[in-house]
Amino acid sequence: MSALPGSPEGTAVTGLDSSPVDAGSLAEVPPLPERARLEARDIIARYPVARSALLPMLHLVQSYQGYVTPEGVALCAEELRLTKAEVGAVATFYTMYKRRPTGRHLVSVCTNTLCAVLGGQRIMDALSADLGVHHDETAADGSITLEHAECLAACDYAPVVTVDYEFYDQQDVESARALVAALRRGEKPLPTRGAPLTDFRGISRQLAGFSQHADDAAAAAAVDAPGEYGPTLRGLRLAAERGESAPPMRGPEPEPADAGEPRETVRPSGTTGETPGQEAADARVAAADTPAEEAGAAGSHPDAPEPAGRRLPDGSTGTETPAGAKPGTGDQGPDVPPPAGEGSDGPSRTIQGRAPKRRR
Amino acid sequence: MPLTPVLTSRWGAENSWRLSTYERLDGYSALRTALSMAPDELVGMVKESGLRGRGGAGFPTGMKWSFIPQPKPGEEPTGPAAMPKYLVVNADEGEPGTCKDLPLMMADPHSLIEGVIISAYAIRSTFAVIYVRGEAVHAHRRLLNAVGEAYAAGYLGTDILGSGYDLELVVHAGAGAYICGEETALLDSLEGYRGQPRLKPPFPAVAGLYGAPTVINNVETLASVPFVVRGGAEWFKAFGPEKSPGPKIYSLSGRVVRPGQYEAPMGTTMRELLEMAGGVRPGHELKFWTPGGSSTPYFTAEHLDVPLDFDSVAAAGSMLGTTALMVFDETDSIVEATLRFTEFYAHESCGKCTPCREGTYWLVQVLERIAHGRGRAEDLEILLDTCDNILGRSFCALGDGATSCITSSLKYFRDDYVALLPPEEQARLGRTRLPIEPVKAGAA
Repeated sequence: MSALPGSPEGTAVTGLDSSPVDAGSLAEVPPLPERARLEARDIIARYPVARSALLPMLHLVQSYQGYVTPEGVALCAEELRLTKAEVGAVATFYTMYKRRPTGRHLVSVCTNTLCAVLGGQRIMDALSADLGVHHDETAADGSITLEHAECLAACDYAPVVTVDYEFYDQQDVESARALVAALRRGEKPLPTRGAPLTDFRGISRQLAGFSQHADDAAAAAAVDAPGEYGPTLRGLRLAAERGESAPPMRGPEPEPADAGEPRETVRPSGTTGETPGQEAADARVAAADTPAEEAGAAGSHPDAPEPAGRRLPDGSTGTETPAGAKPGTGDQGPDVPPPAGEGSDGPSRTIQGRAPKRRR
Repeated sequence: MPLTPVLTSRWGAENSWRLSTYERLDGYSALRTALSMAPDELVGMVKESGLRGRGGAGFPTGMKWSFIPQPKPGEEPTGPAAMPKYLVVNADEGEPGTCKDLPLMMADPHSLIEGVIISAYAIRSTFAVIYVRGEAVHAHRRLLNAVGEAYAAGYLGTDILGSGYDLELVVHAGAGAYICGEETALLDSLEGYRGQPRLKPPFPAVAGLYGAPTVINNVETLASVPFVVRGGAEWFKAFGPEKSPGPKIYSLSGRVVRPGQYEAPMGTTMRELLEMAGGVRPGHELKFWTPGGSSTPYFTAEHLDVPLDFDSVAAAGSMLGTTALMVFDETDSIVEATLRFTEFYAHESCGKCTPCREGTYWLVQVLERIAHGRGRAEDLEILLDTCDNILGRSFCALGDGATSCITSSLKYFRDDYVALLPPEEQARLGRTRLPIEPVKAGAA
């Protein structure tokens, strides 16, 4: 791709800024397929007013091309009957829309106050040195775009790094360097909280509201991916240890009988049990009757398959849907059969007072 | 006060984000109750419960709902009452220190969805949007999945549970802009524009999304609604103080032994929460902390016994905000912390209004030179004067919030600033040099 008409060679490739760009890094950008236009119309159909689709559509452009290209701006403008300037004005406002080609993965390091004082700035400096790039620049091998991020809403896991926005919590300089080195080798280390990595384009597809996975099993594995949720569950575990809970709700609340309880509730030794003490606490929780007491029993063990590569499903769904026909129903999640149980007539089990009986 | 897991009560269950788990743990039972009630009854119930918005401002939720113009019986509706109503969920969590909504959406997305359906029914809306922060991809993923499950089970779509009530719910990803947590900027963003705040009035309750009456509620607020419906207003009011009751997720982070989410009644004190979190790390002592994120004025050790509810925190000179309790000890530089927060506001200022756009830029310049040992005696007054010209003169609360950390740090830790000035500048302030070294980036 060359410079925009009227621009000096080597500048203004994106149409969104005029800073010099290394033309060599642009070689790999494929043209937008016709499917992208159909998917854009699917997005438009979700909303009562078409323009609401613009942000997801820009994510969609990035899912095909890795950044907001002039071609992508033009597509959005055509479909929404806007000028390219209007689309460009929106695209340049938001930090997640990239103005230049991105690497295969986007590595973001939180350097806001709390993460920074706990080591985030040192992590950023080390990765910057290792990759030979600064904020918002891409390594020469095209593997990684590095950025410093503002608060990523994971302060209880500080300092945090994200790869394609998936959390790698409680990092230090060495672990972050190892992570980045692995990514450059083409490996995809599992996030501590999040789904197995695809790449920046894959996650952009999800942000557009589509599944980034080719099949339902991979999509389900992404949703159910196990993780380390210690800080999230700390208060809940402590409440269980101390036997503290919310006041009981009013009304008749018969004690649930042991018989007939589904047994899939809890596995005492979950991925969340970081220490023997916590595992013991988890086991106690596992024996409890109430969800309040089930703290710490999280941790699923789906046999997660290998991270699926970014393969796009056949673009055959819902492209005939007229705009505005059924907002909200387009590609917003996998079809799931209705649950068998009703779940409403049983005894309330959520808040049962302070000393629930143990079951074992 | 004891820990009282309510909103967090399901988080530990296996695959807690799945519909099957949620239903097994009483999920969607409040929806059945709600659909059997009249919408106005629900609004009254939430009003009576005293639930106040958990996004930071603490506005009474039921009252916000009641501002939506509704058609009057027997009259042909005109104006806003005749327009569609919208419910928009503010899931754009990004206030530094705040980390409660993301874990909630990751662990228990259905509780938010159930709250959305009940609340939308109460305000007679048939179209709702969850505007989730773009970077929050795992929360976004689980929300997308949960919404799909809810549609398939008949909790969303047409004729929900045979009630005749219809609701479409869209999960909408943002694209990286803190300002979109401001409700009118969020609306502009959701309409496909740059996320810049709107002038109020008109308030969103009258002219919000697409110019129609709109309620914008925080994630934690809406997730509380099913519990209000199930437990009743009296039960909800049993948590904490009368004027801001309810269970609340407190997020402790920073220099504590066990950072994490702790759910306790409104009005729990920092002393109690610190005890739960194992205290400040061994060998160190608390220096400063935020009660509700970076936009809330700092507190110090003297505020450990302030009940953390909206009114008590305000009376003590700060704001409850999002109960994001960032803890710093004596090794942390108040000036560096304040500089980094200010850089954040300068970066996130949307540029619409001059006081915020220019003011945050200059605050960073002045703080930077102080932090690096090049400050001047008059800089402290320049900081306060600049803050004075931003606070109350900005278009939205972002500008106001940017001044909190500066004015409160100068109030409690003025000597820390002075100590960073060159000796001759200190002498101009009548001081002798204090033993503090200039800030090193990322010093821990």
